[in-house]
Amino acid sequence: MIRFIDVHKSYRVEGKDIPALEPFSLEIADGEVFGIIGHSGAGKSTLIRLINLLERPSGGRILIGNTEMTALHDDALREARQGIGMIFQHFNLLSSQTVVENIAFPMRLAGNKDAKAIRARVDELLQRVGLTAHANKYPSQLSGGQKQRVGIARALANRPSILLCDEATSALDPQTTASVLELLAEINRELKLTIVLITHEMDVVRRVCDRVAVLDAGRIVEHGTVADVFLHPQHATTRRFVNEALPEEAAGEHLPYENVPGRILRLSFRGEATWSPTLGRVTRETGVDFNILAGRIDRIKDLPYGQLTLAMQGDNVDTALRSLREAGIEVEELAR
Amino acid sequence: MIAAHLSPLHTLFPNIDDWGEMGQACIDTLLMLGGSLLLTVVIGLPLGVLLFLTGKGQLHAMPKLYGALSLVVNVLRSIPFIILMIVLMPITYILVGTKLGIRGAIPPLVIGAAPFFARLVETSLREVERGVIEASQAMGATTWQIVRHVLLPEARAGLWAGVTVTAIALVGYTAMGGAIGAGGLGDLAYRYGYLSYKSDYMVVTVLLLIVLVQLLQMLGDRIVAHYSRR
Repeated sequence: MIRFIDVHKSYRVEGKDIPALEPFSLEIADGEVFGIIGHSGAGKSTLIRLINLLERPSGGRILIGNTEMTALHDDALREARQGIGMIFQHFNLLSSQTVVENIAFPMRLAGNKDAKAIRARVDELLQRVGLTAHANKYPSQLSGGQKQRVGIARALANRPSILLCDEATSALDPQTTASVLELLAEINRELKLTIVLITHEMDVVRRVCDRVAVLDAGRIVEHGTVADVFLHPQHATTRRFVNEALPEEAAGEHLPYENVPGRILRLSFRGEATWSPTLGRVTRETGVDFNILAGRIDRIKDLPYGQLTLAMQGDNVDTALRSLREAGIEVEELAR
Repeated sequence: MIAAHLSPLHTLFPNIDDWGEMGQACIDTLLMLGGSLLLTVVIGLPLGVLLFLTGKGQLHAMPKLYGALSLVVNVLRSIPFIILMIVLMPITYILVGTKLGIRGAIPPLVIGAAPFFARLVETSLREVERGVIEASQAMGATTWQIVRHVLLPEARAGLWAGVTVTAIALVGYTAMGGAIGAGGLGDLAYRYGYLSYKSDYMVVTVLLLIVLVQLLQMLGDRIVAHYSRR
């Protein structure tokens, strides 16, 4: 578990303290994929760097398991860092070293001198990230996605319990992003590794994260399971992020419905409910009529979900809504 | 001697009596260059690393130390080499037991070139991507490990370019040193070419220096190209 307790951070610029992160507390459970989403300048890079103390907090405590990171210095801190992998937006590989040497680097830094053991571990990691054929290339000979795979292999070399991802897919094209995210999800599943990632793309959060915190101007304005935050965003910033991840019509928020007869409702289905014909059954039983205005069906990580914006009319709309809610469908009435 | 008189070199430069002296001057210049370049790198490289590390916003930012080092480097760089050589004579004598010859030339050459090279080192290290250093810190690297395994290897191409530029500057310095007793090609050019009006000496020494600089630059460029992996 990673725990932030009343942590805050400010930078001293020309004698003045500029706050980067307002005081916050947060817990990240072992084995989960935790996303931190925010616009550039919101403080997410600072936040993720607090975990391995590349940035020291101005106040508060940070614990990983039972270790108080904020109390560590020098050798103890370096040793703790060896148990935390990190990958970066611009990969940050050693350009003068081959793929193999890059992956072996953290093991060498940790004082491992057994060349055979290092090579065996490197081969194992190459296989995991699918780069066996590129072992002796230099980073400049690789594509962005391949470079990030080297970054991931390097981050895993010392068998860390935590992997920090600093905008790890922001420099990649959509297809490569998808494959890198898939690799991260696989690592999380198979190695039971805790992953903390920061991003400015809701789609990244939707695909791999279990929980998410939304950062806006140095404050965590919202956090919770991805499904909750994604389907029912509360804060304006969150809503903007959610809408960015979707075609505008699908979100069904900003279209003018003044001339649409009936009550405007938004139905959210999660998990099994997504696949059962509840809406059809309820409308048949209650005799209400509906018209679909907008809709989407997709997945949040492994959870299928659907969201429909409807105009519903008829005498028994209230009864219908009750039945829908009883069947586990979330119903919101949208203001016009 | 007779053979020399018949050689095409003699026809071309009739005023040069002793080609053996010319050969010895070449060797002296190369020895001065080699010795001083080696020591310049040995002193300038750590100094450059120190300048980089203590610089603003770097791993071990220490504004006062950086300011002091920077001042010393700037002062040494602003003194014309010929003046530096004269001013340093007592120190040179203490260090190597003579003010003259190859040995006498090496201390001022090194003291003149090391600060210059240190600045070039500092500049090349600044070219190393900040992110790569940060990544090594995140892996738990010590400062020494970062210098040894990240900064120096990543900056290799720039460092070799710096060595090349320094070597060529040193060629110029050795020639200047020749005028005040250091020996080598500069000495010949000055004594025979300038003081005795034997322009043949001037032409030949300058040609030899041009060839030397060309060779150094070509060699340097090759090494730099070999280490450029971006």
